[in-house]
Amino acid sequence: MNPTDLVDRASLRDDVPDFAPGDTLKVHVRVVEGTRERVQIFQGAVIRRSGSGVRETFTVRKLSFGVGVERTFPVHSPVIATIEVVTRGDVRRAKLYYLRDRTGKAAKIKEKRSVR
Amino acid sequence: MSPSTTEKEPAVPTTAIVGEKVGMTQIWDDNNRAIAVTVVRVSPARVVQLKTPDNDGYSAVQVTYGARQARTLTKPEAGHFAKAQVDPGRHLVELRIDDSSQYAVGQEIAVDIFTPGDRVDVTAVSKGKGFAGVMKRHNFKGQGASHGNHKHHRAPGSIGACATPARVFKGTKMAGQMGSQKVTTLNLEVVQADPERELLLVKGAVPGARGSVVLIRGSVKRKAR
Repeated sequence: MNPTDLVDRASLRDDVPDFAPGDTLKVHVRVVEGTRERVQIFQGAVIRRSGSGVRETFTVRKLSFGVGVERTFPVHSPVIATIEVVTRGDVRRAKLYYLRDRTGKAAKIKEKRSVR
Repeated sequence: MSPSTTEKEPAVPTTAIVGEKVGMTQIWDDNNRAIAVTVVRVSPARVVQLKTPDNDGYSAVQVTYGARQARTLTKPEAGHFAKAQVDPGRHLVELRIDDSSQYAVGQEIAVDIFTPGDRVDVTAVSKGKGFAGVMKRHNFKGQGASHGNHKHHRAPGSIGACATPARVFKGTKMAGQMGSQKVTTLNLEVVQADPERELLLVKGAVPGARGSVVLIRGSVKRKAR
């Protein structure tokens, strides 16, 4: 237990679904445009989870118009409206950096057959 | 500081309190951005003695906080606490403030003297680094790893000229004790002051190791916006 846990408890979210590298997520991001706020969806594969506690982050990689885009979110960030798990991936690594060098069929992540 | 001198009087804060550093973490602000904060545990401080300009030549309050077993006190300490009729605490700390008459002996000062948005100066003894070389202590560049260098990779190089001045100037940056000295960080923002949990959250870093005693004073350079 960290001495600052007492403070961190208020910053933690309890609605974070269970997901791991290889999973495909739909991250609903709150975007503020002037005074209006809307929700944008960022869908892609989780390539890493890093850190722990309130500082934990995850990175989602997607292909946008043929260009790879990676976005890193704090897991407990209030910017995220919801996280939706689309598919569970079957991977053998914790960090899927090898996806950066691959395109097309080679960049495909096998889907997990059995339910966790 | 005698009043007869024409020197500018040092700025004395209006509020001050003592706490213990808990550690650093982050919280979300109104714009959903993460801000790094230092958590300081500020237990209610009990006033033990008042120092007044008439009696002591300056204005301050001597406070204690927390609890301490009576058997660990020396006789003079025990007598000092008994005279003020205050329960003995961890340390006796003197807080310089511009007007000590607003406090009374035995009164408790809580963390709610600060509100979010206030600016504070935080003083503590920094982490000791021991006897450190010039690269660590003064950010010297050191010397090359190769080109025939032999056992002088982290050495300072020249420390002065030759027959003139025939000595090393005072204050020349050299190796020596680093850290474990009193350091003040100015103008930090109070993010949260929670008297219930006895916690104070200050934006940014604060000198000292976890558990060390820190003095928190109202900013002398900038008042709260």
